Amino acid sequence: MNHSLTILTLVPLVGGIIVAGLGAGRNNLVRGLSLFFSLIGLTGALCLWTHFNGTSGELQFQEKFPWAPHLGVDYFLGLDGLGLLMVMLTAMVTPLAILVSWSMNDRAHIYHALILWLQAGLFGTFTALNFFHWFMFWELGLIPAFFLIKLWGGPKRGPAATQFFIYTMVGSVALLLSFLAIWLATKTATEPGCFDFITLAGMAKSGLLTTKLQTAFFGCKNIGLIIFFGAFLGFAVKVPVVPFHTWLPAAYSEAPSAVTMLLTGVMSKMGVYGFLRILLPIFPEQIRHVLTPLLWLAVATIVLSACAAFAQRDLKRMIAYSSVNHLGYCLLAMFAAVGAATGVKDAAIQKAAALDGVMLQMFNHGLTASALFLFVALLEKRSGGLRGLEDFGGIRKVAPVFTGLMGIAIFSSLGLPGLNGFVGEFLVFKGVFPLAPWAAAIATIGLLVTAIFLLTLIQRVFCGPLNARWAQLPDLTTAERFLVLPSIILMFVLGVWPQLILGTIDATVVKLVEKITF
Amino acid sequence: MLAWTIYISFLGVLVLMLLPRDAARAARIVALFTAVLGCGLALVGAVQLAQQGNVGEAATIVKTAWIPALGATYYLAADGISLVLVVLTGLAAIAGILFSWNVEKRTKEFFAFYLALIGGVYGVFLSFDVLLLFVFYELTIIPKYFLIARWGSTRKEYGAMKLALYSFVGSHLVLIGLIAAWVVARGQLGHASLDLVELSKVAFPASFQHWVFPLVFIGFGILAGIWPFHTWAPTGHVAAPTAGSMLLAGVVMKLGAYGCLRVAMVMFPEGAHEWQWAIAALAVTGIIYGAGVALVQRDFKFVIGYSSVSHMGFVLLGLATLNTIGLDGAVLQMFSHGIIAGLLFAVVGRMVYDRTHTRDFNDLEKMNLGKLLPFAGVTFTIAGVASMGLPGFSGFVAEFQVLIGAWQVFPKMTMLAGVGIVVGVAYTLRALQKAFYSDTPPVAPDGHDHHDDHPLEPISTPERVGAVMLIAASLVIGLFPTLLMDWIEPCFKSALFARLLNGGGQ
Repeated sequence: MNHSLTILTLVPLVGGIIVAGLGAGRNNLVRGLSLFFSLIGLTGALCLWTHFNGTSGELQFQEKFPWAPHLGVDYFLGLDGLGLLMVMLTAMVTPLAILVSWSMNDRAHIYHALILWLQAGLFGTFTALNFFHWFMFWELGLIPAFFLIKLWGGPKRGPAATQFFIYTMVGSVALLLSFLAIWLATKTATEPGCFDFITLAGMAKSGLLTTKLQTAFFGCKNIGLIIFFGAFLGFAVKVPVVPFHTWLPAAYSEAPSAVTMLLTGVMSKMGVYGFLRILLPIFPEQIRHVLTPLLWLAVATIVLSACAAFAQRDLKRMIAYSSVNHLGYCLLAMFAAVGAATGVKDAAIQKAAALDGVMLQMFNHGLTASALFLFVALLEKRSGGLRGLEDFGGIRKVAPVFTGLMGIAIFSSLGLPGLNGFVGEFLVFKGVFPLAPWAAAIATIGLLVTAIFLLTLIQRVFCGPLNARWAQLPDLTTAERFLVLPSIILMFVLGVWPQLILGTIDATVVKLVEKITF
Repeated sequence: MLAWTIYISFLGVLVLMLLPRDAARAARIVALFTAVLGCGLALVGAVQLAQQGNVGEAATIVKTAWIPALGATYYLAADGISLVLVVLTGLAAIAGILFSWNVEKRTKEFFAFYLALIGGVYGVFLSFDVLLLFVFYELTIIPKYFLIARWGSTRKEYGAMKLALYSFVGSHLVLIGLIAAWVVARGQLGHASLDLVELSKVAFPASFQHWVFPLVFIGFGILAGIWPFHTWAPTGHVAAPTAGSMLLAGVVMKLGAYGCLRVAMVMFPEGAHEWQWAIAALAVTGIIYGAGVALVQRDFKFVIGYSSVSHMGFVLLGLATLNTIGLDGAVLQMFSHGIIAGLLFAVVGRMVYDRTHTRDFNDLEKMNLGKLLPFAGVTFTIAGVASMGLPGFSGFVAEFQVLIGAWQVFPKMTMLAGVGIVVGVAYTLRALQKAFYSDTPPVAPDGHDHHDDHPLEPISTPERVGAVMLIAASLVIGLFPTLLMDWIEPCFKSALFARLLNGGGQ
């Protein structure tokens, strides 16, 4: 059997142990090794990419063998287009994060080990298909993130890390309880319950799951909804969905920038991934039942977070809120795609467009937001930690290359045609307009406000008279240019040739649409 | 083979008593040797037994007449549940000795009491005669008392006395119940018997079970830290020396839970069904209350003490479910908590308190222990993560099954237990941050760093070995729960538990 996915997850896990074992004092070796392991991860992900058959929506590179038979738990790994895309994203962002923190010398061995473990947790989450070990990786990502914020973060790191952890744990416990209930409901006299995402999705499609839940819980009619809500909470905190987002600005702005890149670039995708892999296929009936409130939540997430970003005076917090905004589009498209869509022409095509948009948006946002945080990190390095909107001004005169490249990232985030951000948002709106016109209409306010605050950012930081304080601000060094270049190139490439990704996910999306249409 | 775990421990006590008064080093080595031998015997015996056949059925080890007039026999036997707990005892015993390597005060007596306690615990887990079980159960109280009263800290006499009194009250409740059961059983069987297997087949009248079950269950439950009779636990744990608290939380609390399951529930299944809801309510209250109280403690050790109450709540909740998966979870949770609580107490008592001589968070916050004692910090982090019930560690698999079992019977209480888990995360994080990773600068306001005056002694090898052993045990079971589940699961398919699981009917 092919063990490529297990190996992919184990490389950073073992790498982290090796790096931590090196001990303090050998920082160059630590950095080199950790970069090496993350590059192995990248190479592995690229190999998977090339061997992946994009025309098939089936799970590939599958590994499946019994693990805890009395609990019905299999060790079950597999990749479809969605998983592959997320693995790629993780593999790309991690080396960047390691490079950004190259000059970090405080307990470097622990720091790099934690980053590698975080990567292992992410790889595991995106490849596991059985709740039991999927949940293990889901939680495994949390602990390194907590310590990275807690030990290397900004001045208010303690409360930020705690808030982040507790919020996520509340969601996780709700999610866990929901899945335990599902396990119980799918248990029969002879067979243990079911944790397999794929099998559960099959049961949900035939309506069997709801019936089973009702039978197991004394005929309680709304049990399906209660269980759905528990699972929803778990993912909603992670994405985050307004009003469960309050941990995010604090965590993102207090975390060291490399960690913020991973948090926003990849960890926030865990939530959206959870929606696509678990909530949509397993609870389509329940989502449809409460569709209107969910659409409202998505719209609120989009509009309110854009407005909140507009009100920020700290660059990191501003980009943090804009992250919430961007993932809000994913939520909107996902909920709209599950909707009944009665009387909509070519509903399946619109749904596919919306879901294509979601996956593109996930990847693009990972790429763009991590690049933006990277630029903020570079700026912070030059300004000695200052990152207020009003602290700069006229930077373009002394640092034209920096301005130009960050400008590209900002316009990508804004959704300028020709850059990657546009394609995702375009597909989202193309799909959502016919499916849920009113929600799409209100959500456009989000687009508008995003444009306003991003342009304000450009104006205040880069344009205007040069702030005398920064007259000596150095431009990007050659090494830094090479550091940001891959992301910038990808932004252009994906902007003009989105087929590169769409080709991989198309078949997966078609299958997903089948699963949620009944 | 398994019976020798008991004899070896008491033999160790004898050897220790024969040692000269000040032979501290020899005493340590004898104790460690005895514990390792005991653990080895337990492991080998358990594996042998598991290979021989069905671990679900109690395999007789020794059975000879003891007090024929009472029907008491010297009856040692083991089924899968006993095996799990015997192995736990073996591991906890070794770890406890490794973490009390630095006991200098009357070392040989310390270890003599310690081994006597271990021997008693092995005895309880292997007894299939009710009277024998009770004798071993009582036997553990005496060494516990002396360990705390002599080698303890912080109000040790109070803690020791409270523990002893609670234990005695509990055992008297049990004794009353057992005497009553003996009388009824003799009437039915026509001869006196204290054999657990035989008693488990006696159809005690429902009206009798109605009052005798709570008596025996609460009697044992006191030692398991059932709310509201848990108050001995935090004070006892805090007062006890490190090895004492490790054993108290790790193993002795399991004696109570084991008694609840093995004696109360097996003998009085109808009573168990009747009182199921009450037990579950007490268990969930314990989970939430213990966690909530742990959240506001200033003393590091009290946090762990109350966390034990909370975690034992999961054991009791699992017992209250009266279905296979819940009971599986309860037994696994006994094992898991034994390992994890032992580790937590080891960090607090040995690694931190013995070096800093304070457990007050306000003092610890200023010390920056995460940098001074990185090994302790990492160990506590791992232990804390395991104790939160994060997947990958034994606690997760255990709580997981308890919660599935509970969903089946008490959905609402299960959600409340979920709240308990979240509070559990909160207190662990709080303790972790305050004790090890506080941001308060280590330098006092006058600019002088007081703590440099007494550099902390580095973490010793026995401590490292003990910590690694316990972490490994928790990880292995977390990743491969089948190892223990293969022992536990068949038990609940055996005749012994049939009545309990079949709705309590005759």
